[in-house]
Amino acid sequence: METEKKRFHSVRLEKDKCRGCTNCLKRCPTEAIRVRGGRAHIIDERCIDCGECIRVCDYHAKVAVTDPLSSISRFKYKIALPAPSLYGQFKSLRHIAQVLTGLKHMGFDDVFEVARGADVVTRAIREKLRQPGMPRPLISAACPAIVRLIQVRFPDLIEHIVDVRQPMEAAALIARHEFCRKHNVAPEEVGCFFITPCPAKVTAIRTPIGHETSAVDGAISVLEIYGLLSSHTRSHTMDESLLTATSYGIGWANSGGEAVAVCPENSMAVDGIENVIRVLEEVENNKLSDLTFLECSACTGGCVGGPLNFENNYVARSSIRRLVEDRERTHPEEQVDVSLLTKYPLSSPKPILPNSAMQLDDDIVEAMRKMERIEEIYKRLPGYDCGSCGSPTCRTFAEDIVRGYAREMDCIHILKEQLKIMAQQMVSLAQNTRE
Amino acid sequence: MSQVLIREVFPVAAGAYETAGEASAAIKRKLKQLGVDSGVLRRVSVASYEVELNLVIHSMGGTLTLTVDPQQVTLCSKDVGPGIPDIDKAMTEGYSTANEEARSLGFGAGMGLPNMKRNASTFEIQSQAGVGTSITMGFRLDGK
Repeated sequence: METEKKRFHSVRLEKDKCRGCTNCLKRCPTEAIRVRGGRAHIIDERCIDCGECIRVCDYHAKVAVTDPLSSISRFKYKIALPAPSLYGQFKSLRHIAQVLTGLKHMGFDDVFEVARGADVVTRAIREKLRQPGMPRPLISAACPAIVRLIQVRFPDLIEHIVDVRQPMEAAALIARHEFCRKHNVAPEEVGCFFITPCPAKVTAIRTPIGHETSAVDGAISVLEIYGLLSSHTRSHTMDESLLTATSYGIGWANSGGEAVAVCPENSMAVDGIENVIRVLEEVENNKLSDLTFLECSACTGGCVGGPLNFENNYVARSSIRRLVEDRERTHPEEQVDVSLLTKYPLSSPKPILPNSAMQLDDDIVEAMRKMERIEEIYKRLPGYDCGSCGSPTCRTFAEDIVRGYAREMDCIHILKEQLKIMAQQMVSLAQNTRE
Repeated sequence: MSQVLIREVFPVAAGAYETAGEASAAIKRKLKQLGVDSGVLRRVSVASYEVELNLVIHSMGGTLTLTVDPQQVTLCSKDVGPGIPDIDKAMTEGYSTANEEARSLGFGAGMGLPNMKRNASTFEIQSQAGVGTSITMGFRLDGK
């Protein structure tokens, strides 16, 4: 098991708002939620910060912890790293530079597009694809929720994850370096802040996978700055020179954008975590071994579907398409200098480890004993998967009993049966003692 | 004390493409819960899917049985016909008797049996034309 001191999670529960319903319980892709005592609880070891629960909670009891805009004042110099999905949030936007200029007017000293980071990462992945002996398909590492999903549910596919850091990491590394050189300041004085569409990125910054520390200093949600930025996009003359990313890099905001940039010849893109799970099952069965590259996004539509965005993901997707329409179609391979790939640490020094949170026991014999007991208990359960017991399905309920987190009487259907038997016993007891 | 053993039988119906892959998915889920090594898991995944699909495509119905003991995972497929007339030929890479329906779904590359043999630690096949086929594959948990 991974030995992190205390697992940080961006996704949290606001206890007072939780009504103890089954919405999040049923939708969590790693079965990480249980309802106990009328409130949801998140099992830290299993949570992958995908944000599905934030999306489905009718009571807004699931929230993402992000950094407030005021946190940028910790640093003397501040650089904004806008996710490309941010460009799709403003309906009347005519030019992406309006957003970039707006960010500068909000208090950032500089803006470095994560789309430019995506250009560099595109180039780096293309180099990897040329190396012989790569597993097929190579799976994108851009969505941190997917990387964690693979650790928890598909440990046998870890070797398929492409070893190139995320665009926001590449962006932060380059942004800081270039800013320090240009202004002759020390790296510690520069803070790089990612404008994030999702909680998974926040977690990836606090507890990175594959490297010790993130090059990004904080993550501010799109929703947090939306109102302010929206007014700034309208009120200033724009600086077009701020926009340097290719349309391919910007395209990473949408599902399919990375696949088209990295490997148009033989790639596939899947979005929506349930769809991703189905496709990863196929990869396990070796059914997709003809494929070179597989892009997976936890959110429907890709990063534009992130739960911390303002705009509907379909609207955002078409806005982004419109904004890049008349940009020249230069491929990152022509734009990005190959020397950048060795200049910055774009690969992971640490291996990605499986997460054993789904395992019944560290010892296989003990795990087998537990599995036998689970089967025995499962046979007695009604199979309604109603969630009333607080576990997502009857099967997970049986697992929870064996793990010691639930009792059989927590099942209202078993309880009802027992009460019926008791009532009958009481009646016959009363009848037998009448005389 | 008796040896701990996990045993589960999955019935597989002939021509049931709509449920094809469900048995191997359930098998994978169990092995992950038991904490079986990723390399072994991957080999069982590939072989169990192939053998399940073989039952769907070629057999007249049968069962897939999973057995796990502390030393190895065993998969055993048994069907009620039609049987393989020439096993050596069937084991040849690229040889397939899959029908049009199966081929149109992307199966029938003639790699099923060779893939199973390649991924398993031990592989046994017995078949009698008109009676049925049984395949037993062992996967050692130490990966050998």
